[in-house]
Amino acid sequence: MIFAIFIPLLFACFVPILSKYKDKIHTGIFVLLIPFIIFLFFIPFIGSEFKPVYTSFNWIPSLDISLDFYLDGLSLLFVLLISGIGALVTLYSIFYLHKSERLGAFYVYLLMFMSAMLGVVLSDNVFVLYGFWELTSISSFLLIGYWHHREGSRYGALKSMLITVFGGLSLLGGLILLTVITGTTSIQEMIAQTDVILNSPYFSLIMAFIFLGAFTKSAQFPFHIWLPDAMEAPTPVSAYLHSATMVKAGIFLIARFSPIFNTSEWFFLIVSGIGILTLCWGSYMAVRQTDLKGILAFSTISQLGMIMAMLGFGTKAAIFAAAFHILNHATFKGSLFMIAGIVDHETGTRDIRKLGGLMTLMPISATLAFFGAFSMAGVPLPFLNGFYSKEMFFDVSLGLNEPTLLAADLLRQAIPYLAVLGSIFTFVYSMYLVFGTFTGEKHLDQLPVKPHEAPIGMLISPAILILGVIVIGLFPNLVNESFIAHTAEAISGKEVHKHIVFWHGFIPPLYMSLIVVIFGAGLYIYRKKWTDIYLFIPGQLSFNKVYDRFVEGLETYSAKITNSYMNDSLRRYVILIIGSIILFTFITMISTNGFAFHTNDLADFSITEVIVALVMAIAAVFTIFTRNKVAAILILGVVGYGLSLLFILYRAPDLALTQLVVETITLALFLLCFYHLPELQPRDESIGFKTTNGIISIGFGLLMTLVAVSSHSSKWFQPISNYFVENSKELGGGYNIVNVILVDFRGIDTLFEIVVLGIAALAIYGLVKLRYNKEAE
Amino acid sequence: MEIIMSILSGVLFTTGVYNLLQKQLLRIIIGTALISHGAHLFILTMGKLKRGAPPILEYHVDQYTDPLPQALILTSIVISFGVTSLLLVLAYRAAKENETDNMDLLRGNENE
Repeated sequence: MIFAIFIPLLFACFVPILSKYKDKIHTGIFVLLIPFIIFLFFIPFIGSEFKPVYTSFNWIPSLDISLDFYLDGLSLLFVLLISGIGALVTLYSIFYLHKSERLGAFYVYLLMFMSAMLGVVLSDNVFVLYGFWELTSISSFLLIGYWHHREGSRYGALKSMLITVFGGLSLLGGLILLTVITGTTSIQEMIAQTDVILNSPYFSLIMAFIFLGAFTKSAQFPFHIWLPDAMEAPTPVSAYLHSATMVKAGIFLIARFSPIFNTSEWFFLIVSGIGILTLCWGSYMAVRQTDLKGILAFSTISQLGMIMAMLGFGTKAAIFAAAFHILNHATFKGSLFMIAGIVDHETGTRDIRKLGGLMTLMPISATLAFFGAFSMAGVPLPFLNGFYSKEMFFDVSLGLNEPTLLAADLLRQAIPYLAVLGSIFTFVYSMYLVFGTFTGEKHLDQLPVKPHEAPIGMLISPAILILGVIVIGLFPNLVNESFIAHTAEAISGKEVHKHIVFWHGFIPPLYMSLIVVIFGAGLYIYRKKWTDIYLFIPGQLSFNKVYDRFVEGLETYSAKITNSYMNDSLRRYVILIIGSIILFTFITMISTNGFAFHTNDLADFSITEVIVALVMAIAAVFTIFTRNKVAAILILGVVGYGLSLLFILYRAPDLALTQLVVETITLALFLLCFYHLPELQPRDESIGFKTTNGIISIGFGLLMTLVAVSSHSSKWFQPISNYFVENSKELGGGYNIVNVILVDFRGIDTLFEIVVLGIAALAIYGLVKLRYNKEAE
Repeated sequence: MEIIMSILSGVLFTTGVYNLLQKQLLRIIIGTALISHGAHLFILTMGKLKRGAPPILEYHVDQYTDPLPQALILTSIVISFGVTSLLLVLAYRAAKENETDNMDLLRGNENE
């Protein structure tokens, strides 16, 4: 099983080599083998005696992350969809993409996606699941942006990336919480610990995180906005990723975790509520679209909403219906996308307003489209699978348990009406899709290409899918016991038996279907009279606008925030740095009661030192006020010499010596440089400028004084200097303790201090000597 | 006496920071010099002042001032000397090349 998952990835490594010969053989022909082999590998698992299969491979045992794969009914349904439709899409793409395209890149991305998707549905380890989940986002991003020279492709790719990765990260949060609570990373073991999860204080958070991940991936309201923009991708990609597989990853996730969540009434409220809302909104918006793929995108959104709603119902029948509809939707939607691609390919446009009357020119495509669209609309004919799942949907929407939450109860009562409403619009756009394209007037002069029937190779894939529609429609029980029942069992955790029949007798679901057909037909025929309603709802309102504003706002506001403090002014940065030092140190001192003041351990008061200190202080203050640069330098010298005087008074002869010498050299240097520096300007700065400077500098000085006083007053340990005093002669062999410390006890400091001086000297030499002028070049 | 020295080093820090916040390069360098003076005095004060003879061993003395802060300050003086001289030459070159020593005019390319 692990090979089945990684074969596409492995094969993707060889695709670039194969694509070198694409002029002779289309690369897709090689690739076609892969999904086909996987499909054949998984076919034998179908059958009434199906038992889940589990395999495990070590990956990171210390983190409890291993490549655990679990094949149950739910995974099997998805695996077959992924590989089966994958094979058909590859076949279709061979005829759709010309050899002059970048075929290597296309098939590498496609195979990457296939691996990722197989990994998502088969993983039992939550972190492996998440890894594959993000890989689907990335490969989908690459595929949407396949024609990256187009503005629209890049926009759509970025949008889908941002939204699905946002959801993916939230999913990761939920999975981590689940792991922490249950102590396991295996989904099956988590399901076994449902009680622990339900009683955990983080339950609502987990649910919110995981739902967010699922809803963004499956394009549920209001995260559906990325899907219509993802239609910029090549049509095989739209057919594969954005109708049959990736957008169902969210559905898969909800289904996978529903044994844990479905006992909570919030599960019903949120999943069904959002699902039914998505169903209605998606189908309502689909009618307005003029682009064939746009219609199909919104139709996908609404159908996903319907599946989501059924999963939310949580009854056995509803779950069965959901699983059945996953299969049905993949068949008819895949084929409809392919037909839309054929129409695009053969006429040069996807704009439904320019199309019309293509039935006689493209009879086979038209026939296939009729079957697909009628199945999507749920027209009650015994050879369309869409009808069965739609009728089951109506049936289960009526038979819901009465919940205790008031909001959930209101939703329960509203659901049948909303279901019918959404289905009416579904009927309308389905009819619009086929009749708008294939019947009516011909506008051949408006078409860029003269239309004709597609090559036979292009028609094979949609034909096989439509065949699936009809076969499931005619013999629904073919897939029932052996296949869908296992899926439903895996989702609900209980055994499910259901017999699908076409004719139930005169019961409410039949009336609902009839209402849909009658009202839908009426609305379709008179659509010109009521479509003005779109000017009011949604009118100017659009979630795309919200998204665009958000992305734009994020950029402008972050730029504003950065510009507000990064203004390239040294002064601003110094104020920020010193201001925060002052603020945080004061806060720390106050909050920890850190200030101490004792006078019992002070040196004797001496008038000489006070006079020196006073002179230094006055000189330091005058450096600020003088306007003469020579004066400023000389006053600075006063401070330095005063300091060396203090060193003498405080019994530090070496310091005094060094300070004297250094101060003299520094003064000389200052005097060397000052000649080249302009005169100090008159100080005409504003009062605010001076006040800020004053507050900051006085604050800092005060802080340092307080820190000094406080730390002098609270000495907790004896200094270690006695060691130096005692051992200076014995170990160091010298009488001058300071010098012994410098070169003997702590010689490394001195070594690097010498290095500092050396580097400074070299740098100065470089600065003075090396001139790299633009003119010299 | 330590209190007065603490206040003095506070004054040095205050004037140093104030100079640092000015616009002219020369003032900024004077500010850094003042701050390093303040820091040296700070370290010396922390090690207690005047508690015995200078730290040079003699037979009849049994109490010396703390030699460790002195060694630290000595290292620091040399390093700050190196940095100050580098800054000075840098300021000289910057003023020469750009024909200004006003920090407001010496900002990144975007503000020119």
